[in-house]
Amino acid sequence: MSERFFPDSMPPPLADSTTLPWWEAAADHRLVVQRCTPCGHTRLPPAPICPECRSTESDWQEVSGRGRVYTYTAVHRPIAAGQELPFIIAVISLEDAGGLRIISNLVGTPPEAVTIDMPVELVWEDMSAELSIPRFRPVPTPPSDED
Amino acid sequence: MTGRKAHIVGVGETLYTRWGKIGDVTEHALACQAIGRAVEDAGLDLSDVDGLASFAEDRNEATFLAAELGLPSLRFANMVWLPGGGGGCAAVGNAAMAVETGQAEVVVVYRSLCQGQFFRFGAAGRDPTAPVDPAPPTVKPAGSLMLASMGFAMPYGLLMAAAAYALPTRRHMHLYGTTTEQLGMLAVTFREHASRNPRAVMGGRPMTLADHQASPMIADPHRLFDCCLESDGACAVVVTTEERARDLAKRPVEILASVQGAPKGYGFGPFTNANIADEIYATGGTEEMANRLWEKAGLGPSDVDVAEIYDHFTGCVLMQLEDYGFCKRGEGGPFIESGALAWRGGSLPTNTHGGSLSEAYIHGLNHVVEGVRALRGESTSPVEGAEVGLVTSGACVPSSAVLLGRR
Ligand SMILES: [Zn+2]
Repeated sequence: MSERFFPDSMPPPLADSTTLPWWEAAADHRLVVQRCTPCGHTRLPPAPICPECRSTESDWQEVSGRGRVYTYTAVHRPIAAGQELPFIIAVISLEDAGGLRIISNLVGTPPEAVTIDMPVELVWEDMSAELSIPRFRPVPTPPSDED
Repeated sequence: MTGRKAHIVGVGETLYTRWGKIGDVTEHALACQAIGRAVEDAGLDLSDVDGLASFAEDRNEATFLAAELGLPSLRFANMVWLPGGGGGCAAVGNAAMAVETGQAEVVVVYRSLCQGQFFRFGAAGRDPTAPVDPAPPTVKPAGSLMLASMGFAMPYGLLMAAAAYALPTRRHMHLYGTTTEQLGMLAVTFREHASRNPRAVMGGRPMTLADHQASPMIADPHRLFDCCLESDGACAVVVTTEERARDLAKRPVEILASVQGAPKGYGFGPFTNANIADEIYATGGTEEMANRLWEKAGLGPSDVDVAEIYDHFTGCVLMQLEDYGFCKRGEGGPFIESGALAWRGGSLPTNTHGGSLSEAYIHGLNHVVEGVRALRGESTSPVEGAEVGLVTSGACVPSSAVLLGRR
């Protein structure tokens, strides 16, 4: 099991047959985006029709999970029992999915250290044997000579 | 059809309280009370009412209310498909369409909320002290399209509106240098307006910018005083034709134009959609709709004398001010700082009742009530000679708006 950041009692994902494959990929620690087969437009959350070309054909493109903070908020009220506060909700712009964005959390950083456009990387949190949630943390900066 | 242009002829409300304070009356009984008062204000009788309209997944179905109120014939029963507070003005717009097309003669738009009897919106229906399910967490079936979409927000703890709308506001601060003090000044201005309003839940609670800055952080940059109230209460608005409006009790207010909707790809807005187009992410999502409103009315932002802007959160008001063209994109902060929103001396007196931040949170239908009073000269923060009033709903969700005109 992975490092833990959030308690078991966080709200679970809710899925239908369109979105379930995304969560199945997550359980295998694969972060995917849905890609329109004919036109290549990527989308999240998964949806049955491409809003650009209206094709119903799509496939799943695995991405690295490298990205940048598009926006964020530090939340000071608990959603689940035993949760560490504040926790950070962020929108991450994914580097190798043409800037497609995902809602997630930032972990391993105090809110004061977060800035928009800051580079982040993916970290999987295994909530159980069947459920993994993608979260993000700052990309460690190499030590600087100037300090 | 001449003489059928829609007008608002009556407004009314019940007592407004803090959430959970109305426990001895059901939400639908409260709706009936507000409808009765609005009809009385118009100088009409409940027997004249033949249409009911509401929004936001109203628990109080029009069909049942029609029976409870003894309406002789229900000819129009309507619910808006826009989330949360986005549909208030759309319900008024739909009522206007109904009377203008002859579907009905007198349509009442209503909203009743007893959050204590159901659940608090602010707590997102979650109780962090509830016993934890001992079963290992797993993906659960979504019961609706909305929940499947929420499935990409909830596991990250994104359930509170205060957190959801902090996201575009934070980005607005990043792009344009908007400050928490500018947001605070907006809240202070609305609180000052509430101080003269006997209906306002926070009427007797003055607030300074220092109070705002000292209020607890909820979801950065939203402090407690950036968030709307959570209230119990009900209000209603009566819509009928110009012809019928002529000889009623109060000066009628014309619905000059109404609009509803959302731009391409907006979905439910930033609550569940991280992929709103970059150009409109840090906005209220209402610019395209605002442009339609101005075009329909043949008027522009400079023609507005008084505005009642949906204020679930301070930042959402600021972004709407830009969307509606009262100032340029990115200049909402300095616009607020200039004192523009103040009842006296402001170029755009806004939320003269105190808004959802300080009067009550009745899903913004109380903003329509106030818009009518402002043009009748009945507001407790009157704007002398006001002839055109803007009322908006929602923002950062699919939204709606009406432009009202004094007759
Ligand atoms: Zn396509």
